[in-house]
Amino acid sequence: MSSSKGDRRKERIDRGIKVRSDSVYAISSWKEITYLIAPRLVLILGLALAPLVLSATPYWQRVVSIICVYSLLAMGFDFLANYVGLVSLGGGFYVGIGAYAAALLNTHFGLPPMITIPMATLLGAIICTVLFLPCLPLRGVYFAIVSLMYPLLAARIVEALDIFGGTDGILGVDGFSNVWVEQYFLVLCVLVMVFALRRLVEEDIGLVFRGVKDNDQAVKASGININQYKALGVFIASALGCLGGACLTHMYMWAGLSQFALDFSIIPIAATVVGGGGTLVGPVLGCLILVPVSELLRDFGSLRIAVYSIVLTAFIVFKSEGIMIYTARKYEQFERWVEI
Amino acid sequence: MSSEPLLSVRNISKKFGGVLALSGVSLDVFSGDIVGIIGPNGSGKTTLVNAITGFIKVDTGSVHFKGQEITNKEPHKIASLGLTRTFQVMRPYFSLPAYKNLIVPLFSPRARKTGGWRGGGKMGSRDTVAVDILEEIGFERDSYVPFKMASSLPTGYLKRLELARCLALRPEVIICDEVLSGLSMSEMASMVPLIEKLQMEGITLIMVEHRLRELFRLAGRVIVLNFGCKIAEGTSGEVMEYPEVKEAYFGSEEVYDYV
Repeated sequence: MSSSKGDRRKERIDRGIKVRSDSVYAISSWKEITYLIAPRLVLILGLALAPLVLSATPYWQRVVSIICVYSLLAMGFDFLANYVGLVSLGGGFYVGIGAYAAALLNTHFGLPPMITIPMATLLGAIICTVLFLPCLPLRGVYFAIVSLMYPLLAARIVEALDIFGGTDGILGVDGFSNVWVEQYFLVLCVLVMVFALRRLVEEDIGLVFRGVKDNDQAVKASGININQYKALGVFIASALGCLGGACLTHMYMWAGLSQFALDFSIIPIAATVVGGGGTLVGPVLGCLILVPVSELLRDFGSLRIAVYSIVLTAFIVFKSEGIMIYTARKYEQFERWVEI
Repeated sequence: MSSEPLLSVRNISKKFGGVLALSGVSLDVFSGDIVGIIGPNGSGKTTLVNAITGFIKVDTGSVHFKGQEITNKEPHKIASLGLTRTFQVMRPYFSLPAYKNLIVPLFSPRARKTGGWRGGGKMGSRDTVAVDILEEIGFERDSYVPFKMASSLPTGYLKRLELARCLALRPEVIICDEVLSGLSMSEMASMVPLIEKLQMEGITLIMVEHRLRELFRLAGRVIVLNFGCKIAEGTSGEVMEYPEVKEAYFGSEEVYDYV
């Protein structure tokens, strides 16, 4: 009997290999090991080889670094939004604080980049967390709006009070010792952070974070201080942003107002939408697509934003789940039509 | 029965705008009791639970737990002292499997100090303890139910999950906000002995209920609320004789006089 669309439905079933490799049998054969490692290896090798492949074109090599900076930010955004429940538009603030912290440590105390970066990351994250403390009881769109205020406010304060070089920014910051150090340091940071965060959210403490997102009242009733966990979440996300900002400063040998730019608040969200929220690796994929696209579109001038918007809209309308979730489903499950 | 009450609520009042949700409610709960709180819809039962557990701030009055003042303390601090609650509208972590829901309370400072329910957290992994608690509360161990997503569990299991979340903290008092409502007869039949068992384990329970038949079987003492006031207190037999209680539940007898 031929069936109309109405009386059949698509059924999704986990592939046998997925089910097997979920358990201890994951290491029973090379096939299963490959199944688990292959996607991770693609990401690791892809990012590791990118600077080498692009070494002929310094412009695109630099783009890899920028992708990494945005990836760190986007990961932080995804973690905070999908695992802690705080939609933060403060990306520009994290980058700016990290950038200025690194620049000041470098120019005032003469510390080399490999010391200023970790210090700026930690110090910046502490500053961001402390400044965000009053907003932590806010939820949803309210937190988003207030967090958007931070980078705007910081830029205006620096401008108005003419501190830290005012509109000129801080000049004369040391660069990385060479371009390979810059590239591989950033690639390493991204890879370590992706896998670390993915591990973290599966640990017990990660479950508490997810609890705060799902249902903060129940977490309170379980005797856990939710503001403490929200602060820890902001600390992790802002540390990622500050790390990116500090690297950016040493890349450009300059820290300035443009590091509080809204790009750093908006592009991570776009990357998370394109890549797939809640996967933590999706935002990295999103950045790998969006940042080069935005570079390619530079020739179009201001039309760039229009094209960018169309791409984003198309993603939200046609593949709102994002690339990573879609690909993971195809990789782990097969689909078939069944009569009902 | 010890002379000192475990939980003592004195004259608490709470206004929501112009509505007096609680007015001068007092109650004492002694260790090992099962105290029932009943009353018609909107009589302030859940507000009372919220006030005791710190989820809303009261306007006047005081709450003492184990001799310590806990009035208007933050909910997580009150829960850490061993006074926990379930929610009337079930609040599981929908994106987590059932047993992972219990990792959150097991990870709390209180449970990490005491080891959680039966101190199991000091011996096994939290995952194991979580499955143990679920088994004890009526999730079939060898089935896939403890490992199902909370979003796909039926009401009966969700109510048990609420109770399990309290147990994981190794509490002294559990305030159950309607754990029996919405259950089928067979689910209820297994829930009642479970609550009796918890009492025998030494847990003090306060039960807010609409299911009077089951509640009267369990509770040694019942408190009746109406329009935010305590209108009766006593054993189940006693409170039903109060004219105010009859009126609250069945309407005024005076109606018949006019007919």
